[in-house]
Amino acid sequence: MAHGPQAGLKRWLYTTNHKDIGTLYLWFSFAMFFLGGCMALVIRAELFEPGLQIVQPEFFNQMTTMHGLIMVFGAVMPAFVGLANWMIPMMIGAPDMALPRMNNWSFWILPFGFAMLASTLFMEGGAPNFGWTFYAPLSTEYAPPSVTFFIFSVHILGASSIMGAINIIATILNMRAPGMTLMKMPLFVWTWLITAYLLIAVMPVLAGVVTMMLMDIHFGTSFFSAAGGGDPVLFQHVFWFFGHPEVYIMILPAFGIISAIIPTFARKPLFGYSSMVYATAAIAFLSLIVWAHHMFTVGMPIAGELFFMYATMLISVPTGVKIFNWVSTMFRGSMTFETPMLFAIAFIILFAIGGFSGLMLAIAPADFQYHDTYFVVAHFHYVLVPGAIFSITAAVYYWLPKWTGNMYNETMGKVHFWLAFIGLNLTFFPMHFVGLAGMPRRIPDYALQFADFNQMASIGAFLFGAAQVVFLFNVVRTVMGGKKATEQVWDNPQGLEWTVPSPAPYHTFSTPPVVR
Amino acid sequence: MRISKNSKVTAKLLALAASMLVFAIFVMPPLYDAFCEITGLNGKTGGRYEAVPAAIDTSRSITVQFVASNNDNMPWKFSPSVMSIEVHPGEIMDTVFLAFNPTKVDMIGQAIPSLVPFKAAQYFHKTECFCFNQQKLKAGEKAELPLRFIVDPDIPKNVKTITLSYTLFDVTERISKNVDKNNTKSAREG
Amino acid sequence: MLRGFDRLFALLAASLTAHSTVAEEQAVERWGVNMPKGVTEVAQTTYELHMLIFWICVAIGVLVFGVMFYSMWRHRKSKGHQAAQFHESTAVELVWTIIPTVILILMAIPATKTLYDIYDTDKADLDIMITGYQWKWKYEYLGSDVSFFSNLSTPRAQINNQQPKGPNYLLEVDEPLVVPIKKKIRFLITANDVIHAWWVPDLAVKKDAIPGFINESWTRIEEPGIYRGQCAELCGKDHGFMPIVIKAVPEEEYTAWLGGRAESAAKIRKLTEKNFTFDELFAQGEKVYNRACAACHQANGKGVPGVFPAIAGSKIATGPLDTHLDIVIDGSQVNPAMQAFGEQLSEVDLAAVITYQRNAFGNEMGDTVQPIDILNFKNKQ
Repeated sequence: MAHGPQAGLKRWLYTTNHKDIGTLYLWFSFAMFFLGGCMALVIRAELFEPGLQIVQPEFFNQMTTMHGLIMVFGAVMPAFVGLANWMIPMMIGAPDMALPRMNNWSFWILPFGFAMLASTLFMEGGAPNFGWTFYAPLSTEYAPPSVTFFIFSVHILGASSIMGAINIIATILNMRAPGMTLMKMPLFVWTWLITAYLLIAVMPVLAGVVTMMLMDIHFGTSFFSAAGGGDPVLFQHVFWFFGHPEVYIMILPAFGIISAIIPTFARKPLFGYSSMVYATAAIAFLSLIVWAHHMFTVGMPIAGELFFMYATMLISVPTGVKIFNWVSTMFRGSMTFETPMLFAIAFIILFAIGGFSGLMLAIAPADFQYHDTYFVVAHFHYVLVPGAIFSITAAVYYWLPKWTGNMYNETMGKVHFWLAFIGLNLTFFPMHFVGLAGMPRRIPDYALQFADFNQMASIGAFLFGAAQVVFLFNVVRTVMGGKKATEQVWDNPQGLEWTVPSPAPYHTFSTPPVVR
Repeated sequence: MRISKNSKVTAKLLALAASMLVFAIFVMPPLYDAFCEITGLNGKTGGRYEAVPAAIDTSRSITVQFVASNNDNMPWKFSPSVMSIEVHPGEIMDTVFLAFNPTKVDMIGQAIPSLVPFKAAQYFHKTECFCFNQQKLKAGEKAELPLRFIVDPDIPKNVKTITLSYTLFDVTERISKNVDKNNTKSAREG
Repeated sequence: MLRGFDRLFALLAASLTAHSTVAEEQAVERWGVNMPKGVTEVAQTTYELHMLIFWICVAIGVLVFGVMFYSMWRHRKSKGHQAAQFHESTAVELVWTIIPTVILILMAIPATKTLYDIYDTDKADLDIMITGYQWKWKYEYLGSDVSFFSNLSTPRAQINNQQPKGPNYLLEVDEPLVVPIKKKIRFLITANDVIHAWWVPDLAVKKDAIPGFINESWTRIEEPGIYRGQCAELCGKDHGFMPIVIKAVPEEEYTAWLGGRAESAAKIRKLTEKNFTFDELFAQGEKVYNRACAACHQANGKGVPGVFPAIAGSKIATGPLDTHLDIVIDGSQVNPAMQAFGEQLSEVDLAAVITYQRNAFGNEMGDTVQPIDILNFKNKQ
């Protein structure tokens, strides 16, 4: 059976093939994306008008918590791992991932982790309701009983991520084709290498923080309880020591994707390849020393406040370099605007807007006004939705013909793009306004002056949701059939993945390619 | 050959992951506590201070304000005996807090101190404090809880007022469960 | 500039929101798109800082997006543009690393200055201790006996859409925090249970309230007026329902108010000695119940299954009086959500609400509890 997949369900359960596992990751994250999206729609439906209409505050809090957890750990991260599984071996000329059996494991524990997390919705006292940041003591002494299941599921997701990261690092370090030096690797591989190191550095910290919670709840320790000599603020420090790198884990691979797509459709090599690599490394390093900017209002000595403010502002330099490089790649190119390019351009614009609001949030005295308002919600959705989601979408459209051998429907792709683009801006742009005007985040009901913008945001959210149905339909149709794709698919794209036939055979690069 | 290369990388990365877990659980909390004491973060004051005779700086005085509050469901009456006192830096001062257990059961309380401004925390020394120990009060019992402190003469000139707050927690259940022996022992004395 | 933008947006969206959810619409300032300028020096400096950074970002955005849109317009294949092949330039890359760094330094200078101002809590004229509770605020005027709780006063019926919503929907309280203008007020902020955050946008004060620890902040309000804010840290179910209202008044008015508070405290003490009729207690009890209990036990007394126990037909509310008094006054020993109300409510209110619970929702105990019973119960303990 060395030449093809097994038949039936066994193929998927026992597979160690990087392409199969990549496919599993991608479909799983797609499903989670819809689940988390439905939760977002419950939130937006409740916030359509002032007053409580659809859900009660307890359930509303469960929805915001689960939406955050599912989108971060279920949709975005597995999608990037899926793309890594599919693309990294093909990009570096390797026959498969370095540790194929572990690869199978790191995927297959995920559905169990999420099943456990989702099952809390049906437990007495309800699902976790303390926000995806689960600050103690709300998540310890005051948590619903389901918190224990939440903790175990976080352990499982963490284990999966760490295994995935180890696999990716081992693959990149050991499996490159002869001649594929580090500085010849595509940026997607580079950004993933750095992301994987970040994952290994901080996922154990997340596991640690939930373990400490578990011990506080069940074994009488008091890491986070002042009564026993602990401190709830310690929780926030440990959490954000994980949490801030985590947001870069969700954006660095996106930088790699955009750096692959822009040159293809601008028909011009990427501007400043090596500065891109250094900028990525700089961002990853800085992400480890800025965590307390999430905690400016917690009461820190002024020296701490200033340090975290300056360090955070500094991140905008390497991030700026990336944006400038992409724009320079487009400058004097010969551009066409297929769906992946549209999503990539929207990524640059909207991610830059999210970056600007991020810079505003970095300014500590101004952050006292922004912190925990809808301005923050607008900021991180501008970074994550166009950042992570749009880049994943762009990647799917870009590589789908290679995966399936069929071209997707371009018109439908464009319809998807414009619906998503308009829906996204309609949803999240007004959030800047209500946040500045004083609306706190995570509230199920709000004062009347916020009513109009919230109504706009809710309409936008449903539009964005509808756009994703178009996406699903387009993907399914392409998998089923359609116009045959050529080997190159696009107009002279760069990279080893375009040298294999479309669809990519089950085994590629069994003999290493020669890299010039 | 390839397998051994992969195992090596895997072993190294697993070791890194494991050490980060150890770092999070066993290093970060004590590191944070040490950091708090140095910087006065969260107004944490140091543990028991061994009194060193220091010159009293009579040229200035500082108002030390006392605040007491109860944590959730702590039914004791708990209050400072005086709202505030004026002290000269270097002077040893005594005061008491009043506690009364109005319930029908014996209870154990633990007071947690916190001080603002943070920059003054490292200059506020307690030579004796009821917060160093848990306080047991029988049903209906009243107690005067002593506090003796010195404000360090090195305290920055611009500090005119120090507010010392105690929050009283009900730890009866924690202690009776007797599960956190180690933890209460290592609880920050402060 | 922003005003014009504001109105344009209002016009655009007017068609979107043809119907109104608001009873007294004109009273509410809608379509607000920016941070309030505020009524303190710190708030104004913060506002200026915010606008400065905003315009810098706009300028950078116009520049970068300008280049991008220009090339998207001119350098497209459909116009026959040939791609250039350049792919690096050390000089250019150096320039766009250095220039942003310089801009950042220019931003950091005013930000640092403002931060030092915000941290300068010395020489306050008045200290107010603020304690966050699930889900209300307690204010204590240090140095006087005055202290009280401040609860949301928006009726449940408005929240449940059974009544038209008032202009200050969700931003109104039974007892506002009254402060004098032109005085430096220091806030000491802590919490009783979970982490809350005390935030009033017009004052640009936002500080976390952390159980076991105190934080400090300060303000000096320049103009008399009523300023509203909300809890800004997720603190459980009714996080969205614990507003903050500050009434800033001239000093004389403030002094008079503080005196009045002390007097009314004495009056309540007197009331405690009076005997009330069942009807008086029941009517007052319903008010207190809706304010203090309904958030969890629900206005219909049915609670939330699995989370908050029902009052209707409950063992405690239809059982021995002492058990009922005990749980309301001292809180639950097992369920931290049931707080000790002994210090939060006056004796009269405690008597009223217990009478109400024992006789409403089909609980027909027929007994009345007098304030003096509460006092006796407390003293007996």
